[in-house]
Amino acid sequence: MATMRDIKRRRDSIQSTEQITKAMKLVATVKLQKSRVKAENTKPYFNMMYDTISSIIAKSGTIDHKYLKAGSSPKKAVIVITSNRGLAGGYNNNIVKMVNSELPSQDTYVYAIGRKGRDGLSRRGFTIKADCSEVINEPIYQDAADLTAELLDSFAKGEVGEIYLAYTFFKNTVVHVPTLVKLLPVEIEAREKAEEDTKPHAIMDYEPDDETVLDSIVPKYMSSLIYGALLESVASENGARMTAMDSATSNAEEMIEDLSLQYNRARQGAITQELTEIVAGANAIGG
Amino acid sequence: MADMFKLQIITPDKIFYQGDASMVELTTSEGDIGIYANHIPMTAIIAPGILKIHEEGELKKASLISGFIEVLQNRVTIMAEVAEWPDEIDTKRAEEARIRAERRIRDHMKGTDIARAELALKRALVRLEATAR
Repeated sequence: MATMRDIKRRRDSIQSTEQITKAMKLVATVKLQKSRVKAENTKPYFNMMYDTISSIIAKSGTIDHKYLKAGSSPKKAVIVITSNRGLAGGYNNNIVKMVNSELPSQDTYVYAIGRKGRDGLSRRGFTIKADCSEVINEPIYQDAADLTAELLDSFAKGEVGEIYLAYTFFKNTVVHVPTLVKLLPVEIEAREKAEEDTKPHAIMDYEPDDETVLDSIVPKYMSSLIYGALLESVASENGARMTAMDSATSNAEEMIEDLSLQYNRARQGAITQELTEIVAGANAIGG
Repeated sequence: MADMFKLQIITPDKIFYQGDASMVELTTSEGDIGIYANHIPMTAIIAPGILKIHEEGELKKASLISGFIEVLQNRVTIMAEVAEWPDEIDTKRAEEARIRAERRIRDHMKGTDIARAELALKRALVRLEATAR
């Protein structure tokens, strides 16, 4: 029977696909463990940075600083962190969808880190201002610092009025949340913070003065946010890929099981038919 | 023995140092400072320089390139963007960087960013000093 061979061919092809997805899952698992440790290591730096910057803003609430208010330009810049490779479930698509629904495509410049996000957003009519897709393969702090410098430069020139960051927050191995945060102007719940700090507080001395300190700390704060986001995204990407490949593997297993059953039925059917034919033939001669 | 305070040095990749110190010396944008326990609360910007941590009877040195420092009541946190222990510094590379930077400053060609070259020189010198002795 012809279908017998078809089924066998189909089953073999699924089997080799399964081998690939299994291997990819293993690779993603190892990478996940590594990137997760890295992402966790940046947490203390980032948390400390956040505390410092919010306490500065809380204590000098009246300060009129360029980084604390939006620029006059209606244009927005967004850093979009995705991956260079697919096969990671909805990982890239979630980010693209979120950016597309939250920001207007004609007024937004995209600084893409990751090819998938770049392609997805340019297809939806966004302007791609810069492409640093190489970075996501192995993010280092300097990358984040360079990108910060570039963005602050165009913020200072008045080319963009607001700066956002879109990345995937790594909650745990299976939960990854696409997140959009505003980098500039710096918005921290200064008011809440100020209220709890109304109790007599040691007066902080800024050297040389609070404005200069803010000038220098805000870029560092942005860099640390971007760097943290890069590492979290890498961890999320590997987590998403691991989950996707895991379900692909189990789907393949299920299909192989089905096909094996079908194949055996077809084989049995073929044998039965052959036997019937032989018996019928023998009967015809003997009769 | 002098009073001790908690010192924490954090870089983007790890907690660089954590422990009790009696004094810490470093360079800020306003000049060299030394901090003992019970220092007045302060935030300052770090300039490239040598970081000296005085522990109980021991002195630790490291290079500290950029970041800022926050001094609170008996707790000092240094947020270092770049910091290295002497054994992490590649002396040869730093030496080459020093020569390159000096050359750039001396030649003074058009298009050379002198401020940048000087900063590079400063970084190289700090790293070399940290490894010396």
